Amino acid sequence: MSDFDWLFFTEVLVGGLLSGVMYSLVAIGFVLIYKTSGVLNFAQGALLLFAALTFVSLVERGVPFALALVVTFALMVVIGIGIERTVLRPLTNRPPITLFMATLGLSYVIEGAAQLLWGTQVHALDLGIEDIPFDVGGVFISQFDIFAAAVAAGMVALLSIFFRYTRIGLAFRAVADDQFAALAIGLRLPWIWATVWATAGLVALVAGLLWGARLGVQFSLSLVVLKALPVLVLGGFDSILGAIVGGLLIGATEKLAEVYLGDYFGGGIESWFAYVAALAFLLIRPSGLFGQKLVERV
Amino acid sequence: MTILNKFKTAALAAGVALTIALPAAHADEQYFPLQSYRVGPYAAGGTGFFGGFIDYLNLINTRDGGVNGVKLTWSEAETQYEVERGVEAYERLKSNPNVAAWNPLSVGIAYAMIDRITADKVPLITINHGRTDSTDGRVFPYVFPLLLNPYSETSGIVNYIASKEGGLENIKGKKIVVLYHGSPYGKETIPIYELLAEKYGFELQQIEVPHPGNEQQSQWLTIRRAKPDYVVLRGWGVMNPVALKTAAKTGFPVDHIIGNVWSNSEEDVIPAGDTAKGYTAITTQASGTEYPVVKEIVSTLYDKGQGNLEDKNRIGSVYHNLGIVNGILNVEAIRIAQEKFGKRTLTGDEVRWGFEHLQLDPARVEALGAKNLFHSINVTWDNHEGNGYVTFQQWDGKKWNVVSDWIAPDWALLRPIIEKSSEAYAAEKGIKLRTAEDAEAATN
Repeated sequence: MSDFDWLFFTEVLVGGLLSGVMYSLVAIGFVLIYKTSGVLNFAQGALLLFAALTFVSLVERGVPFALALVVTFALMVVIGIGIERTVLRPLTNRPPITLFMATLGLSYVIEGAAQLLWGTQVHALDLGIEDIPFDVGGVFISQFDIFAAAVAAGMVALLSIFFRYTRIGLAFRAVADDQFAALAIGLRLPWIWATVWATAGLVALVAGLLWGARLGVQFSLSLVVLKALPVLVLGGFDSILGAIVGGLLIGATEKLAEVYLGDYFGGGIESWFAYVAALAFLLIRPSGLFGQKLVERV
Repeated sequence: MTILNKFKTAALAAGVALTIALPAAHADEQYFPLQSYRVGPYAAGGTGFFGGFIDYLNLINTRDGGVNGVKLTWSEAETQYEVERGVEAYERLKSNPNVAAWNPLSVGIAYAMIDRITADKVPLITINHGRTDSTDGRVFPYVFPLLLNPYSETSGIVNYIASKEGGLENIKGKKIVVLYHGSPYGKETIPIYELLAEKYGFELQQIEVPHPGNEQQSQWLTIRRAKPDYVVLRGWGVMNPVALKTAAKTGFPVDHIIGNVWSNSEEDVIPAGDTAKGYTAITTQASGTEYPVVKEIVSTLYDKGQGNLEDKNRIGSVYHNLGIVNGILNVEAIRIAQEKFGKRTLTGDEVRWGFEHLQLDPARVEALGAKNLFHSINVTWDNHEGNGYVTFQQWDGKKWNVVSDWIAPDWALLRPIIEKSSEAYAAEKGIKLRTAEDAEAATN
């Protein structure tokens, strides 16, 4: 072990953890919807694409940065309400698989609408944060990744406070716990769903901007959902904290696997290794690290 | 453009496409079925390439009244770059009469079409891509990887690196990393890089990036540890800007990254912002609007609202100019075939004969208004690539600038390797090798 390059190991580990934070940003959007409706929202990637494409298109047309942010968020709220009215409300109390299939269809509609509205060109997105690394004891750390991690931490803190200490957060949790009981005590399910979809839209906007600055704003943004799925399996589908911890674990695991095990498998293993890790974990703990354990009385 | 206008344009385009796609009643027409991709992850490349191709066909119709009086027609089927959609489009479009050639601009779709087009006796054009051994016309009579196959690209890149080091003898001991897309396309050049490394004595490391390539931290950290002299980027789509950004993030100098022919467009560098400044990539055709043929397309079509690109700023971009060059090669193949078979609508096999005699020297290229847009081509019955020359362009943050002369890949070195592969394919499929006499005969 004396030849082992610990500095390099640390660099890969830190890089993986920071990449994991980016996965968590996407995963949080899934968690929000799942927590309140039990639906795995496959359209989250499409929402992310739509938000980023709308924002960058507005900025390119001369709309000031802050105004573009507000307008895009407003549009995401409208989309959230629209989805509730046209897709979720007619499917209330349908089995989860029906709702999942609806979101699958929805993802195609949103992707198509984004391209119809704003075109198919690739756009650069500059958030004004340099992506130049700084040296910490020989380990290069990206400023942009640190910024993304700070944004993710801020968002988790805000959402945690929102869920735990506000009336609407309490209502969200009640709906998540039992939709029928929530309806029985007078909670307005449609309004709650519209609000949560709008919140997921906000998360999509933030994640879209950060991923867009990294990849460029283009269709491939909608594919980042594939990075979020193993995170959800590992962290639990209904835990925001789980999304963060899961993201960190998946990010670190896949990077270390690629670097230290990749050669034994011909390289390029990180994309599927994340799923292998998640699957292995699923066998041990089906509800994920922080997911709620389902207990059914029969 | 407003949504209403877009719908109007779409309706108009559909009407025009329908009109154009009904050529059956007219005898003197030559039809191009286009398996295009204008939506989906690779739409930026698809709209540019097919836009340029259509612009050139349109120019020939508008300016010359077609090729010797034979009007060019076309219709599009959307594939989103998906193989199954491409094959479905093939089956749907092939029933149209007077098909000249197929140009799917997709490795996957092209692979899926080889047996079909061979049975149908219609050429399949895979400009700058496709399987390398399809260069051998003895085994693949209807497949044409025009201008540049992947092995020639590899040789061209190594020759360019050598020119920067002062000659091939000076790359001995240098270290080159190839970062390739995790797909059959990306892996196609693995053996040829190994062979060239052995021949010229450079140290080689090849690293795979899993599809789609939106995460490359571990690969670039590995590169950083390896401390190579050059990195060759054999990417596609989102992998390219992410590679450039991650290189900067891990401290690798961008001017020591050499992109391959599918990592050389504006769409590959613009998302990377300032980090892409100084990045160099290989190309078979220059970008820009200063070439007479491009200027003519602008004055004849775009100034009259008949251009295919929605965004005029993309005129002269890498993909648009590639489409124009592809148009020139297709049209000239028809023109050459007409000299032999008559100035009329040709069969697919007759167009194949035209491609097998597609010899455009620099003087002819200049006469076509494409001097310095591309160098030349010299296709023969058994060499379906046609010995295309390559050049290198560098991104300055706004546009590509040519930074090398036209460079010839080492065709003599590559040919035996190509023949070995194609002959193995022929043996596996039970294909009898064609002769020059076989190639001269064209059927109706």
